[in-house]
Parts: sequence; structure tokens; C-alpha cells
Amino acid sequence: MDLTVLFFLTSGLLLGWSLGANDAANIFGTAVGTRMVRFATAALVCSVFVVLGAVVSGAGAAHTLGALGSINALAGSFMAALSAAGTVYVMTKWGLPVSTSQAIVGAIIGWNLFSGSVTDSQTLLKIVATWVACPVLAALIAVPLLKVTAFALRLAKLHLLKLDAYTRLALILAGAFGAYSLGANNIANVMGVFVDVSPFKGFSVAGFFRLSSVQQLFLIGAIAIAVGVFTYSKRVMVTVGAGILPMSPVAAWVVVIAHSIVLFLFASQGLEHMLASAGLPTIPLVPVSSSQAVVGAVVGLGLMRGGGDVDWKLVGNIAGGWVTTPLISGVVCFIALFFLQNVFGQKVYREVHYSLSAPVLTELAAQGAEVTALASIKEREFRSAQEFKKAVEQTGYSGPPGEQALRDLAQLSHMYIDPEKFSSLDRKWLSSGQISAVERLEGREFAHPWQLARALAANSSEWSRKDNSTVNKYYNARLERKLEYVYRKFAGYSDRR
Amino acid sequence: MYLQKRVLHLFSGTRSLENQIDEFLDKVSEAGMVFGRAIRVYLNNGASEEFEGFLGQAAIIERRGDELRRSIETELYARTLIPDLRADVMALLEGMDHLINIYEGDLFRISIQSPDIPQEFHAGYLDLTETVVSCVDSVVLAARAFFRDIDSVRDHGSKTIFLETEADKIGTKLQRAIFSSSLPLERKMHLRYFVERIDELANSAEDVADALQIYTIKRRI
Repeated sequence: MDLTVLFFLTSGLLLGWSLGANDAANIFGTAVGTRMVRFATAALVCSVFVVLGAVVSGAGAAHTLGALGSINALAGSFMAALSAAGTVYVMTKWGLPVSTSQAIVGAIIGWNLFSGSVTDSQTLLKIVATWVACPVLAALIAVPLLKVTAFALRLAKLHLLKLDAYTRLALILAGAFGAYSLGANNIANVMGVFVDVSPFKGFSVAGFFRLSSVQQLFLIGAIAIAVGVFTYSKRVMVTVGAGILPMSPVAAWVVVIAHSIVLFLFASQGLEHMLASAGLPTIPLVPVSSSQAVVGAVVGLGLMRGGGDVDWKLVGNIAGGWVTTPLISGVVCFIALFFLQNVFGQKVYREVHYSLSAPVLTELAAQGAEVTALASIKEREFRSAQEFKKAVEQTGYSGPPGEQALRDLAQLSHMYIDPEKFSSLDRKWLSSGQISAVERLEGREFAHPWQLARALAANSSEWSRKDNSTVNKYYNARLERKLEYVYRKFAGYSDRR
Repeated sequence: MYLQKRVLHLFSGTRSLENQIDEFLDKVSEAGMVFGRAIRVYLNNGASEEFEGFLGQAAIIERRGDELRRSIETELYARTLIPDLRADVMALLEGMDHLINIYEGDLFRISIQSPDIPQEFHAGYLDLTETVVSCVDSVVLAARAFFRDIDSVRDHGSKTIFLETEADKIGTKLQRAIFSSSLPLERKMHLRYFVERIDELANSAEDVADALQIYTIKRRI
């Protein structure tokens, strides 16, 4: 692998390390600080389960970050992660409650602005709504959970020492669940920006299971988190433990469980699929702040006891953080990208061009759009999504299929199905039906990705998207990744040109 | 396998410590029973062989109580058990151990000083002894409840406080009777000393009950 690739990944690893150093304290801080669990045990359990959570369930939340903005150059991803890590570091130094999730979202928006990409306002709104919902939900879970636990313990009449032993065990199990949820939910913060530029190739482990390129990326991110846990989290754990000392170990357990449930809810694809299958509303899969989940749960318990203990200044700081963290991170990222591009000569984004070519207009008309309004910008090539968006707005066009879908149709990316590249196709990942569908397109050229996708779907049902429902979301997302792979593989022009 | 071993060790060690705490509290009640019978024997027969036998029993109980307390405290620290309540449990055990010490110390003093208690005060001493022993017994129940059933701590604690007040009343009445008698002052003062020593058991039991109420608030989730 190219050394520069490794270098660019270091900023993500730094972010992972700081996440491990800080957020592990949310899970095991009270247990270690009050000496209910030894640090070595906590660090081991935390590391193992963070890695498992990231590799097994990390994709869900990463997908949402990808929808916010797909950083398409490694140097851009590097700077987004570095800006987020820097913001987290500085704000922590200033003693402000900071969330890695909020910092990375700010950095992605900073990259979007710099590269002329459009920030999907629907996704952004969804993400911001979950930031508010996260601590509130943690409080709503913690209060009844504590009441039920207290009632059950009162009925059980356990000996104080037995209760102590059970609490230790429960804290370790809750910590394992918390670490799994943290890995699943927050790996997207650490490695999410590298997903679209992952330098790894998928491979199969002893024929048992396949480790995709994204999972490999998440694995090294999770290892960085684990290193953070082992090298730096002890101090933070002891501080957190001392800070929440007035809480009994059982209340601390309730806080960890509430935090873990919240993180899990916002990361579990399985749960989302189950809810969608049952026709119930789903929970958006978004990376949320584990610190704020903990504070939410603690504040909830404080309110339950009358609210006298609640530090309202801290609550205010958290609410302020929803604005300041992404803002600082976004501005830092924008400025840093400028320097990286203009001083160090790095390519921080790949230009994506757009054009309302004849096939696009035909397709729009077929979808029932009134395309006459768009005639003034027909065949013009735009150098960024922002430029394209502005031009469409100026025509006054507001018909179907919606802003994002229109951009997807107009996106230019010339592809030539070069038979020489067939042998290097990943035959373990793509099915034989999918491969033969590609091979049947030998020699053809496409200007827009959707044209190739459609041609492939016409050749094989294995390239067909399913209905746009939540149940099919991950099938379609997997198909999308395979399509992206094919687009990248055959990007370029025929030699005859 | 390793994990299973650790979990089993955690729970088996806990059970042995639970048994030690139970045995220690049994010793406090046992010391009370021995004390009550020893006072009755002394009032009837003076510092007889039977009385000395009870004194010997009290000394054995006190030694065993000390051993148990030390072993429990060492275990609590060595295995960092109940870190949030360890100091409270230690203070509770010390307080209960102090009660055993007073039981034994009072019998020793009676054995050494052989106070001459006139017949007319026997009923008062017996009444006082029974009340303080009941008072200590109820604080033992409160201490047991602290470990297993915190809702009952308050009930037993209230009973302890009630019996302490009763013991004070009996002690005051007994002292008034002693000082209004025609006995020489030195005997009056000697008899008063033993009234105060016996009453001290109820006062110490009340101190433990008061502390227990606070520990219980801390134990609540």
C-alpha cells in the first residue's frame, strides 16, 4: 500500500485514539473510579467490544455520514478528520463538553463548502435532531430503569455483599454492551470520512466470512480506539469516577445501560430492519455523542430526585456545543483545506461535473418532468454541485424528481467498459451473474453513472435496486457500493479517443 | 474458563464473608444473653463460680468477635469489596464490637470490684439489664437489616431509640433511689457507677442506630 495513504489515515487514527481515551471513560469511568472494576479488566473488555461493534455493526451510522457528504479525495478525508480531532482536543483543553460526532459533521460541512458540494439539508436536519434527542432519550430510559431496578432489588432483598458482586458483574456486562454500542455508533466518526476513499480491498477470512474494505477500515479505526483506551483513558476514568462518586454503583450501572441503549438504538441496522419489517417507524442511524448520552442519563436521575443536584450550566454548555462544535470544526476544516490545497498542492477533492445532457432530459421527461424550463442550461457543463444547483434555481425549475435525484441524474463520470479490466474484477465480492452482466457491456461507453447502472440492471436482475423502503435500505446500499466499485473500475475513456 | 473461575470465586468469597458478618452479629446477641444471665446470677449469688463461668464465656465471645471483625475488615479491603460503603460497614462493625466490649468490661468490673448491691435495688438493676440487652438486640436486628433489607432498618432503629429512652428512665429512677437511701456516699457512688456502666450499653446502641440511619440513606439507590 502507498505510504501516503497510510499517512492520510493517521488523522482518523488520531481521532480514534482520542475517542478511546475520552469515551471509554463514559462506559467504565464510574466502575473504575469507584474501584468496582479494575482498570485492566475494563480496558480489555472495552477494547474487545469496541472492535466487535465497529466491525460487525459499524456500517449503519457511517451510511448516514456518507449521505451528508461523500468526501471523495483522501487528502480531504485526512483534513476533515484532523480538523475534527483538533477541535475535540482544543475544546477538551478549554473544559468544554465536546462531541466527536458534532466535530466530524462540522468538518464534513466545511469540506462540502470548500469543494462546492451540496449539503443534504434533510440529512443534516436528521442528524441535528438526534443530537437533541440523544440526551433526552438517555434521561427517559434512565429514570424508569432506575425505578424498576430499585423495586426489583427491594423485592430480592439481596445481601449487601451479594448485591456488590452482582453489581460488579452487571457493570462489566453493561460496559461490554456500552463498548459494543460505542464501536458500532462512533466508528463512523473516526473512519466514516474515509469510506468512499478506502484504500483496502475486501478479502475472505479462511473462507468463513468476508472482511469488506469498509470493515477493514473500521477494524484499524477500532484498534486506534482500543489503543486510546489502554494508553490514556485511565486518568479520564478516575476523574469521571470521582465526579460521579455520589451516585451508587447501581445508579452508575443504570447510567451506563441507558447510554448504551441510546447508542445502540442509533446504530443498530438489525433493529431498524426489524422495526421497518413490522411497519413501525424507524430510528435514524446517526453517530451520537456518548458523553452527552451519559450526561442526559445523569441529569434525568437528578431531575427524578427533585432537580437540586442538576448542573444547569453544564446542560447549557451542551446545548451550546450543538452549535459551536460543528461551527468551529467546519471553519477550521475549510481554512485547513485551503492551505492543504494551495500551499501543499494536495488534491483535497475530486471535481464532480454535472450536465443536463440529452439522455438526462429524456429521462426527466419520462419521469413526467416539465423540462422546457431547463432548456436554457441544456448541455452546459457545471464544475460543482453548488454551481449546478444555482443554475437550476435560476431557471425556476422545481419539478420532479427532487433536488438530490436531479443531481444524481446530471452527474457526469465518463466510463468505458474496457475488456482488459475484466480479469481484475473482484470475483469473490461480485456474483457470477453480476460479472457476466458487466462483461456483456464490453466496449460500451457511458457519460452518466445511472446509465451504466440501468444497463447492468437490464442485463441481470442481480444489479436491480429494490423498492426504496427502509427494509431494502441495506440491500440497496450494498448494491450501491458494488456499483461505485464498477464506476471506479471503468472510469475513463476508450483508447480510440 | 478463566472468566467462569473469576465469577465463581467472586460469589464463593462473598458467601464466606456474608457468613462471617452473620456470625459476628450472632456474637453480639450471644454476649447480651450471657450478660443478662451473669447479672441475674451475680445479684442472687454474688461473684460465684457460675458468674465467673459467664465472665469466661463473655471473654471468649469478645475474642471471637475481634477475630471476626479483623477478618471481615481485611477481606473488605483486600478484595476492595463494597468500595462505596466500606467505610460505613467498618464503622458499623466497630460500633457493634464496642457493644461486646462493654458487655465483657462490665462483667470484669463487677468481678473485680464486687459491688455490694442491696436487695431493694435488685429489681431496678434487673429491669435496667433486660432493657439494655433488648436495646442492643434491636440494634443487631437493624444491622442485619442494613445488609439484607434496608426498609426494616428504620423500624429496628426506632425500637432501639425507644428502648434507650426507657433505659435512661430506669437508670435515673434507680440512681434517685440509690441516692435517697441511707447508704454511705462511697457505696452510693459505687452503685451509681454500675448503673451508668450498664446504661452505657443503651447509649452506644443508640449511637450505632443513629449512624445506621445515615448509612441506610447512602445505601438507597
